[in-house]
Amino acid sequence: MRFQFIASEIWIGLRRNLSMTVAVIIVTFVSLTFIGSAALLQTQIGKFKDDWYGKVEVSVLLCPVNSAKPVCASGEATSEQIAQIEQVLESPEIAPEIETVTFESKAEAWESFADRFEGQWLLSQVSEEDMNASFRIKLTDPSNYQVIADILTGRAGVEEVQDQRQILEPIFRVLGGATLVAAGLAAVMLLAAILLITTTIRLSALSRRRETGIMRLVGASNFFIRLPFMLEGAIAALIGGILSVTGLWFAVKYLVQAQQSSTMQWVPVVTTSEVWRLAPWLIITAVAVAMVASALTLRRYLKV
Amino acid sequence: MIRFDNVTKVYARGARPALHDISLEIEREEFVFLVGASGSGKSTFLRLVLREERATSGTVFVAGRDLGNLSNWKVPALRRQIGAVFQDFRLLPNKTVFENVAFALQVTGRPRHQIRTTVPEALELVGLAGKEKRRPHELSGGEQQRVAIARAMVNRPPILLADEPTGNLDPTTSLGIMRLLDRINRTGTTVVMATHDDEIVDQMRKRVIELQTGDLVRDQSRGVYGASR
Repeated sequence: MRFQFIASEIWIGLRRNLSMTVAVIIVTFVSLTFIGSAALLQTQIGKFKDDWYGKVEVSVLLCPVNSAKPVCASGEATSEQIAQIEQVLESPEIAPEIETVTFESKAEAWESFADRFEGQWLLSQVSEEDMNASFRIKLTDPSNYQVIADILTGRAGVEEVQDQRQILEPIFRVLGGATLVAAGLAAVMLLAAILLITTTIRLSALSRRRETGIMRLVGASNFFIRLPFMLEGAIAALIGGILSVTGLWFAVKYLVQAQQSSTMQWVPVVTTSEVWRLAPWLIITAVAVAMVASALTLRRYLKV
Repeated sequence: MIRFDNVTKVYARGARPALHDISLEIEREEFVFLVGASGSGKSTFLRLVLREERATSGTVFVAGRDLGNLSNWKVPALRRQIGAVFQDFRLLPNKTVFENVAFALQVTGRPRHQIRTTVPEALELVGLAGKEKRRPHELSGGEQQRVAIARAMVNRPPILLADEPTGNLDPTTSLGIMRLLDRINRTGTTVVMATHDDEIVDQMRKRVIELQTGDLVRDQSRGVYGASR
């Protein structure tokens, strides 16, 4: 009886304020979609970092034949200089920082360059003589780049120490910025959602003043009087939450994952399973916000 | 059943008190008229009994409870002990007679089988058997008030408060409502009725409590509406 009664009360409330209910659903839908996007973007950045930082190397470029840089004024790096650098890399101070070292000779560098730009104009403009021989160093901890750079920079035969991570930093900065924008929009929309829920519940309470007045009079408990209103807000928020999860799922499935399988297979991207992991949190947030907003409104509008 | 000990109620700080130092006791199964001009404090008296308001000073006891110390969450339990009817009936227009009476049971969480048996009993008591499916606008004023009384009594409360229940009704209909209230009183319910209706008060010869601008000016058993009129 109770359950059926409360359910019918809720249904009456939702129908009476249909336009407001729809507005609450839409606003929670949009705000949760932004929150979800921000969270997924953050996950995506994490994935990129895990994947790419595992692959990046520090390149110690050795002086080529004709270098414009003053450190290479004495010409191409000699085999003695190369041996010296090798010794430094094996010295006890920096050996623990290094996972693997590979030496790429001028000829090998040329080979991979020729491979990559085969048939293109650029290839006709350079020769093997323009290539750098280099040490490719994989660090145990990629963030310790500076240690290697400090020791090797300016050493005889070393033209430049390059950290590939620095090439990636701008990409992460852009993605981080996008996360912030999404989170900011989410916060604004969430505020709008709270205000809208508050107004809707207030309207709902006013339009049923007669009923609630009688309920008080015949001794219905406060909880019983307020529950239908609180559930009304919660149900609207729940529908908004389900819509946003659905929206995110479709976006990830048909935009992100479809894109990946056709053009950028080498990039790890977020998957629908991450959306599922996010879903309960989004929905719990929506329902909790709606319940708290309703409860606070009702405290003012339905007194004992 | 109801006891006021030196009760004063002031709504706004500094204003004239709505009730001033009232002390009285209403016994179990009594029938009491509360008379006085508009603004004399009749409604405030009833609101204090229902704990819609708290006394500014003094103590109100209802059904053995000290309302000054009653915490908010216990107020619903108090109100289940009190039936209340008003001049404007306060029925729900989109519900039938049966549903209006059942509403009081539903919102206090009674099981369905209990509603099925007690609602017809209450409608029988007020003489509306057979009109269960009507809506309030299809009934006369007197019948609507009977529905309100059925709703007030369906929980079988020991106290019935009536705030000018005949205020909107013609004399013949009013008399019918009075007979009903008298019958309810005879079955063991304490009835407190605030009214302007001198004819009814004079006819019934019950205890009369008269208020005048917040003061208790008369408490007379088997009284009449009053000479001050």
